[in-house]
Amino acid sequence: MSNDASTASGMSSSEIRNFTLNFGPQHPAAHGVLRLILEMDGETIDRADPHIGLLHRGTEKLAEQRMFNQSIPYMDRLDYVSMMCNEHAYVMTIEKLLGIEVPERAQYIRVMYDEITRILNHLMWLGTHALDVGAMTVFLYCFREREDLMDLYEAVSGARMHAAYYRPGGVYRDLPDEMPKHKPNQWRSEADLKAQNVGRDGSVLDFIENFTERFPALVDEYETLLTDNRIWKQRTVDIGIVDADLAKQLGFTGPMLRGSGVAWDLRRKEPYEVYDKLDFDIPVGVTGDCYDRYLVRIEEMRQSNHIIKQCAAWLQQNPGPVISSDLKVAPPARADMKEGMESLIHHFKYFTEGYSVPEGEAYAAVEHPKGEFGTYILSDGANKPYRLKIRAPGFAHLSAMDEMVKGHMLADVVAVIGTMDVVFGEIDR
Amino acid sequence: MFDLSSILSEQVITVLWTLLKIVVIVAPLMLSVAYLTYAERKVIGAMQVRVGPQRVGYKGLLQPIADALKLMFKEIILPTGANKTLFVIAPVLSIAPALAAWAVIPFDDGLVLSELDAGLLYILALTSVGVYGVIIAGWASNSKYAFLGAMRSAAQVVSYEIAMGFALVGVLMAAGSLNLGDIVRAQDGNILTWYWLPLLPLFVVYFLSGVAETNRAPFDVAEGESEIVAGFHVEYSGMTFAIFFLAEYANMILIAALTSILFLGGWLSPFQGIPVLDEMTAWVPGLVWLLAKMSIFLFLFLWFRATFPRYRYDQIMRLGWKAFLPVTIFWLFVEGIAIYAELGPWFDGVLGAAS
Repeated sequence: MSNDASTASGMSSSEIRNFTLNFGPQHPAAHGVLRLILEMDGETIDRADPHIGLLHRGTEKLAEQRMFNQSIPYMDRLDYVSMMCNEHAYVMTIEKLLGIEVPERAQYIRVMYDEITRILNHLMWLGTHALDVGAMTVFLYCFREREDLMDLYEAVSGARMHAAYYRPGGVYRDLPDEMPKHKPNQWRSEADLKAQNVGRDGSVLDFIENFTERFPALVDEYETLLTDNRIWKQRTVDIGIVDADLAKQLGFTGPMLRGSGVAWDLRRKEPYEVYDKLDFDIPVGVTGDCYDRYLVRIEEMRQSNHIIKQCAAWLQQNPGPVISSDLKVAPPARADMKEGMESLIHHFKYFTEGYSVPEGEAYAAVEHPKGEFGTYILSDGANKPYRLKIRAPGFAHLSAMDEMVKGHMLADVVAVIGTMDVVFGEIDR
Repeated sequence: MFDLSSILSEQVITVLWTLLKIVVIVAPLMLSVAYLTYAERKVIGAMQVRVGPQRVGYKGLLQPIADALKLMFKEIILPTGANKTLFVIAPVLSIAPALAAWAVIPFDDGLVLSELDAGLLYILALTSVGVYGVIIAGWASNSKYAFLGAMRSAAQVVSYEIAMGFALVGVLMAAGSLNLGDIVRAQDGNILTWYWLPLLPLFVVYFLSGVAETNRAPFDVAEGESEIVAGFHVEYSGMTFAIFFLAEYANMILIAALTSILFLGGWLSPFQGIPVLDEMTAWVPGLVWLLAKMSIFLFLFLWFRATFPRYRYDQIMRLGWKAFLPVTIFWLFVEGIAIYAELGPWFDGVLGAAS
């Protein structure tokens, strides 16, 4: 504990000690299990020391003992608010090692679901960030739209969150022809049911198109509560400023880096899947404060919506396979398996032994909603990775905690945690 | 012997009569507090596209009762290292002024527990005492979060009481009296002679300071749920917590009542001076008008909470010192000039009445 002579008017400076506050892991703004040791001079922060590891589950080690495909569900549980993007990085790394092609339709589906995931993540971020700063209504508005997107997850994978939908070589199955509807029950009035089933009459793609029509107006709705709100601006403008150089030095990626004015986006800089064929803009901030990062993420939601619209239009027009035809890495069609001996053997081998990946190493990264999410796999030629390393964007962001909150007040710590969009699933892995 | 007992019985009757009046005020007040929490949850629920309580009783109407019972039966935890006496005194100190202030509130012409001539001063004194409850609670809890809450509360009081006081000075200048009943009677006339119009800046400042004083959003920094968890009452549980809760809501109702009385003509009918409507609504008791006006402000309390983010505590202080205080002082000057100029219909005759 350091002494602070400047506040010690009248008293001898040795009597004035900084105040150490244990913030979390049980705290409403800790976003899970963040534990911060704050050294404070009154309400002003002198030093912030984030402690991590309370949600460590050893994903990287677990993956070493499992066949490649068995680790896909673990990826969902890393950043548990942007599930499919985590899977995406992992399956892309395996595809790189295997050197297989992904059918174009599968690429479009993946891009579309990546962007749906981005909206899911940003809605969660917006809701919790606003809640931390004290505006609680935005939170419930955001969750209203998340419900539709979760239903889209459920429609393709059967799970609302932990989808396990992507596979090396494509996706698990094509988009269903029918969007599931809410069923009547005794607690649901006729009018409620109708409102809940808006746009669900056709296929999943029709529902997605319906959502993209509705969504921009809903983003406007969130913005009316925050963007020009004086209190919101007082709480976020000039809080946690990170300039472009510092952001690069700290290893920031994603909206945290773009908020500081660096137009770095893997979707543009190192295009993967079909991003080079799609039209979208990369929003960047100017000053690198919480407010700029807020604006960047809001605009990203609009851009994601635009991308989803383009993908859905393409997918409506172009049917085709959604997973690689290489039967060593993808299961055979169910019908073939019932009749052909070879397919049966492929099926058996695929689900019992998995597939072996050539010796070597590969790193693939995606533009995850939080930044650059990458996985690195070192293979010794077996059917499981020799070593898996996960590059989680949140880890670098959280490391900048001290840098960002020094000299700010306690209430700003909460705003900064919100703007970082930390999720401990990926930081602690 | 006979004389003594008759005097005694007279005194006993006075005490009993006063007690009865207190019960008649406090019992509905407590009920209003309970149902204000219900209204809050329903109103904010509607604003946030959800339904609010609906399971306990018809449409959730018994929910506040269930909540109260739950809190009553919960254990009161005294934290180790807490100053036990102060820890228990704090909630009492918080609720006592919130209830005592009702003694001078006129519900209708003459319908008041104590027709005190220095009523406004009494209110000002009591509402300031309530903050000691918060500060002592924060201090006695022996918790850093509670301590921060207490510090913030102290800072907030310093910046708001002054602006609030000046807003009240404006009212008593206009009315020429500190008696709340006289203040309402001075506004008699029609809806435009109420003080909200000539004292509009003071009206806004007073109500916002009232929101700040009751620790409600967006000024709820002493609680600061997402920063200091629950602030001053983080260590309180069971009934001790419930008392803080009651005090907060009783204070909200008090501020709503005061704002109605000081600026919106208390029990006066809004249709006064309008030919036909006035006669048609003449049968409505003044209490109903007062309650209707209070409901408007209580709704605003809830609306604010659903809409605004929370201020940082230095920003609240800045708002208090740099915006509210100059506005009130400036308006006091304007008002003073208007009084000298005998500007009608509000300020004519004020000079004569005061001297």
